[in-house]
Amino acid sequence: MIVSNSVVDGAEGTSPRSGTPNGDKPLPAVQHLLVRYAKRGKMRFASHRDVARAFERGVRRAGLPIAHSAGFTPHPKISYAGGAPTGVASEAEYLSLALTSRNDAAAVRERLNVALPDGIDVIDVAEDAGGLPASRLTASEWQVVLPGLSLDSVGPAVRRFLALEHAPVERLTNKGMRRMDARSAVVTIDVRGNVGDYGGTDDDAALRIVMRHTVPAVRPDDVLTALHEISGVTPTAPPLMTRLAQGSLGESGVVDP
Amino acid sequence: MPVQSVYPALEPLLPLVRKPVQYVGGEVNSTVKQWDDTDVRWALFYPDAYEVGLPNQGIAILYEVLNEQPGVLAERTYSVWPDMERLMRDRGVPQFTVDAHRPVGAFDVLGVSFSTELGYTNLLTALDLAGIPLLSARRTAAHPVVMAGGHAAFNPEPIADFLDAVVLGDGEEAVLLVTERVRAWKLAGRPGGRDGLLASLAATGSVYVPRFYDVRYLADGQIDAVVPNRAGVPASVRKHTLLDLDAWPYPKAPVVPVAETVHERYSVEIFRGCTRGCRFCQAGMITRPVRERSITTIGKMVASGVAATGFTEVGLLSLSSADHSEINEIAVDLADCYEGTNTGLSLPSTRVDAFNVTLADELSRNGRRSGLTFAPEGGSERMRKVINKMVTEEDLIRTVTTAYSSGWRQVKLYFMCGLPTEEDADVLAIADLAKKVIAAGRQATGRRDIRCTVSIGGFVPKPHTPFQWAAQCAPDVVDARLRTLGAALRADRAYGKSIGFRYHDGPPSLIEGLLSRGDRRVAQVILAAWEDGARFDGWSEYFSFDRWVAAAERALAGQSVSLEWYTTRERDYGEALPWDHLDAGLDRDWLWDDWRSAVAPEGAGEVEDCRWTPCYECGVCPAMGTEIQTGPTGERLESRQVFADREERRLLPVLASGGR
Repeated sequence: MIVSNSVVDGAEGTSPRSGTPNGDKPLPAVQHLLVRYAKRGKMRFASHRDVARAFERGVRRAGLPIAHSAGFTPHPKISYAGGAPTGVASEAEYLSLALTSRNDAAAVRERLNVALPDGIDVIDVAEDAGGLPASRLTASEWQVVLPGLSLDSVGPAVRRFLALEHAPVERLTNKGMRRMDARSAVVTIDVRGNVGDYGGTDDDAALRIVMRHTVPAVRPDDVLTALHEISGVTPTAPPLMTRLAQGSLGESGVVDP
Repeated sequence: MPVQSVYPALEPLLPLVRKPVQYVGGEVNSTVKQWDDTDVRWALFYPDAYEVGLPNQGIAILYEVLNEQPGVLAERTYSVWPDMERLMRDRGVPQFTVDAHRPVGAFDVLGVSFSTELGYTNLLTALDLAGIPLLSARRTAAHPVVMAGGHAAFNPEPIADFLDAVVLGDGEEAVLLVTERVRAWKLAGRPGGRDGLLASLAATGSVYVPRFYDVRYLADGQIDAVVPNRAGVPASVRKHTLLDLDAWPYPKAPVVPVAETVHERYSVEIFRGCTRGCRFCQAGMITRPVRERSITTIGKMVASGVAATGFTEVGLLSLSSADHSEINEIAVDLADCYEGTNTGLSLPSTRVDAFNVTLADELSRNGRRSGLTFAPEGGSERMRKVINKMVTEEDLIRTVTTAYSSGWRQVKLYFMCGLPTEEDADVLAIADLAKKVIAAGRQATGRRDIRCTVSIGGFVPKPHTPFQWAAQCAPDVVDARLRTLGAALRADRAYGKSIGFRYHDGPPSLIEGLLSRGDRRVAQVILAAWEDGARFDGWSEYFSFDRWVAAAERALAGQSVSLEWYTTRERDYGEALPWDHLDAGLDRDWLWDDWRSAVAPEGAGEVEDCRWTPCYECGVCPAMGTEIQTGPTGERLESRQVFADREERRLLPVLASGGR
């Protein structure tokens, strides 16, 4: 799913245009930067709209020469792709910036990190052809910590899930109840101890899930719903989910875009 | 000893609530200090949700003023929504600050800013969640001093039992005064315990400590007298007035929310106070005199505020922004400076005159002109004279014609219903006015797609205004008039579809009226309503009129007062009002004469604005030792003054915004 904010004009329904903008034409973009950023700690509770607003302000605070769309309400040209859901952390979120003058990628990273809230952290900035089509981000690897669950209880449940052909689940979305097949999106699930700094305790079980991006989107919590329905495993606290990588599916896992 | 963060206990609750990001803090420009590096600690509470409280200008100012002080720590706390409240009670998580997630009960002072009386029940929720006894009398030296400010605090009597102290008026210097007293008391080993600190605050003459005053009542329910019950406490408490706004350029770098809030902009107050003399307007009475911020300071604040926040919109705030002596220069110069930078400028445009339209045009250069708002407040000319809002029908038609002609497509008109002496015909006059507005707009533009929205709410008489003696209109009368008006607007085939109609029901206004002009006996009503579940009373989806009526009946049973006694009853000159011992500087006889003049059978008298017609009759300046502070200064803003260098300007990308 591509969420782009390059809306031409957000005119209110009843307010017709009263003319044309008489300002200068917006400066053209001469450089596109692909930004990999993390959503960590408390900022995992930011929605993708919250993150977008933070970036729009961060870009201004950082003084970056961001390109704007034409029209009555010019928007900064920032393209977002497949943001992690509210409550889910990520080490691999991507967006694309269009700039009106050339800038050193490393310097952009530093300036953004000064300007953004802690927890929305820019990891890497690289020159890019521009845009962020869905075809570049087709799979993700997730870490899911299951508080209060042991490897012994989770392992069999995961084996039963992987043996299924379909695992239909339902999730309440803004658009109503959605049905989807959790199994079809899953490439691999690896059950392991909780290592790494993604929350929970050392005794908790953790899953590494490689999933394809599908329509409608299947999320790691849909897999947990299926596991619960298959074998009743329920963590004692909300699971801690982190996207570790995002890109395309390669021989040995997810390859960065 | 450092205070532990409650975040580890809070975090597991966050996935279970709506909009969890509002509880996590971590915003740009938020401040977290080491607990042990400070000796006076404030929790600043806005008694509404984060999305409403975060943009509040008062809290933003005090947060910066306090945190700039060495040894002083200030953190913010907001009302949690009922879904979070339930979980916090289940898991024993206390009311917390969003900055460092410290428990509110550990602070020295809990400062509460009341913009509206409908936040009173949210105070009780926060106190209860914080583990602070609801009643001031039950608190010990281990609990924070619960201190209220804000416009609603000019009559704090209905919540007096729940408060330890109240500050009237401007908070900037007052919080520093309180900080010094708290520090001295702590350094001296807390002499006299909690009462010792409160006595030290009361002795300043400008901090009201309700429990040092006794209220005596007469048999008929009226107040006999409010008198100090200990030595060293003044008979009346004065409001604070900040002079020289240029010396206090706050907020400089307000917190930038991650969550979505109701106002997403950098706001600078261009002046404080208003002397237009609208008789219903509490803000215009209690914030006198007018004190302008200079164009130069405004320019500097906008430049550094926008750079520090990344906001794309700048709001030029005040009670009547077009009245700044150099508003034209401010608008033109800022529009020049920010041209081509995608920064929008807006000002609350409520004055009905053509100049206001010219200003709005300037602020919306290159932009979409969607809607302009004006507030005639009264539908008929007679009604507008009663409230001293001197706008003729010709003024209004000329203004909207100018607006439609310069490209604005929508005009919003604000009115009140239930004003003193109002009759059905006065409200119905709004329908005629709206039709004339549409007719004028169609004629001026030759188009039929122009619109006019009528927005109307029930009038609530407020303390410290000429209408403080007035009978509030009964809600069924208000509702009946609103229904008649709505029907009249819709019935007209030629205009009906071009006119929008928005209104607020009468019943919530009656409860607001009870809380606005109530006395200490109303505390029991608030407590009863809260115990019955009242929360977020300013939100229609949470407010329950029936709950409040039942609470009033229970709490006031057997007394000579009632909901009606507090609201729909007219007061006499001789009646002691619950807030008479709280001094906003206004001469009581001037207010009374203005009230009588408003409702005089031969027609209402007019009061001029003292900015242009020197006058000291309201009494504020002589009583408070203040003076009007206005320009013009003759200064202008150039982009090289506003921006440190050309580079900075080039990098600031501009969104033109219409007036609201």
